[in-house]
Amino acid sequence: MNATQIFSIILTAILTENFVLCKFLGICPFLGVSKKVDTALGMSVAVIFVMLISTAVTYPINALLNQYNIGYLQTIVCILVIAALVQLVEIVLKKYIKSLYNALGIYLPLITTNCAVLGVVLLNFTNGYTFGLSMVNSFGAGVGFMVAMLIFAGVRSRLETADIPEGLKGLPSTLIAASLTSVSFLGFSGVVEGIFG
Amino acid sequence: MAKREKCSLRKEFTKGLLIENPVLRLVLGTCPTLATSTSMVNAIGMGIAATIVLICSNIAISALRKVIPDKVRIPAYIVIIASFVTIVQMLVKAFVPALDSALGVFLPLIVVNCIILGRAEAFANKNPVIASAVDGLGMGIGFTAALFCMALIREFLGNGTLFADAQNLLGVFGDNVLGGFNGVTILSTPMTLFILPAGGFFVFGILIALANKISDKKKLPKAELHGCESCPLASTCSKVVSKREDNMI
Repeated sequence: MNATQIFSIILTAILTENFVLCKFLGICPFLGVSKKVDTALGMSVAVIFVMLISTAVTYPINALLNQYNIGYLQTIVCILVIAALVQLVEIVLKKYIKSLYNALGIYLPLITTNCAVLGVVLLNFTNGYTFGLSMVNSFGAGVGFMVAMLIFAGVRSRLETADIPEGLKGLPSTLIAASLTSVSFLGFSGVVEGIFG
Repeated sequence: MAKREKCSLRKEFTKGLLIENPVLRLVLGTCPTLATSTSMVNAIGMGIAATIVLICSNIAISALRKVIPDKVRIPAYIVIIASFVTIVQMLVKAFVPALDSALGVFLPLIVVNCIILGRAEAFANKNPVIASAVDGLGMGIGFTAALFCMALIREFLGNGTLFADAQNLLGVFGDNVLGGFNGVTILSTPMTLFILPAGGFFVFGILIALANKISDKKKLPKAELHGCESCPLASTCSKVVSKREDNMI
């Protein structure tokens, strides 16, 4: 694990392989919780937090499963561990770190069945990353989620005052705005290979 | 009595296709819809896999609905769904490996597909086994149909082909099914944008606008983004987020 590898993974996860806009993971919160920049920010920070702790916890469990040749239980074990972990973190935060709970707590139950969290955990396994690189990739994926959420929250706040044709009002216009946001990320394709080539 | 039962079963089946189409009307399962609709073969494969999981989990949850305590129902549903997903995943890996690599991480991610957990919570835990199975079948076919429509538009415009790599799916039935049919090329200079993520959002937006238009004529409400609301954890989260937004104003 060297610096180049770390930067290349982080930049790939944020720009060229953005979790939301390129891999379509975590679309529900992306469309649902992006009306205001503040809520988008809170949600994204909570996602980064949960992604990091769930990667940290599932990595050794997966290694254990592989050791006993029951790797096929991966999906069941991971989703259960993540669901239990989120509940546990919520309880611990509520009891001991009140300020953090006030900032993030309400978003935590939202995240349990978020496909971005399970997605990053499973992608780390399939890519065969080491523990360090898994954490780096999860962090990059979370930051990528945050970048997409914040940009899109900004776009949507402008969209509210726009004059939209009757048929496209509501969800269709939101999706087309997401499409245009996604086009802007196309510009980054090849950037990471160009830098770290 | 039997006649009425049959009638209501038909209603459960058809509602999933049109009036309550999970993708175009309830806006559920957006992630797999957008991600796997780049080719028609992937869309059909994903649709079938999700339908199988949906029917099986609906049956199991409906059969166990009096056994599972109310307080731990969500974890119990997740375990049931995850088991069926694992079974489907292993079957796909063994019999259609090309599909497995095409769908990638989205195959295990059927676990967190809100359609399946949503149907468990909204239908299977209140209704008898047969009705739940029919509901699962209807919803699954509705999901597959919506995916197929999107993939048809995206593959045709974005790749210029129809049913490209059909052997990926047909491979299960033998080597030379349909005379080795492997898709047809129609456009020689396709608009690549449509198979890129941006095209996915765009086509999805247009299809929902179209579905809204049709349902408007039938005096049905527009498709709204229920987003999190329609997922089983809605009671905890949507309330909380809206409260949070109120506080900020």
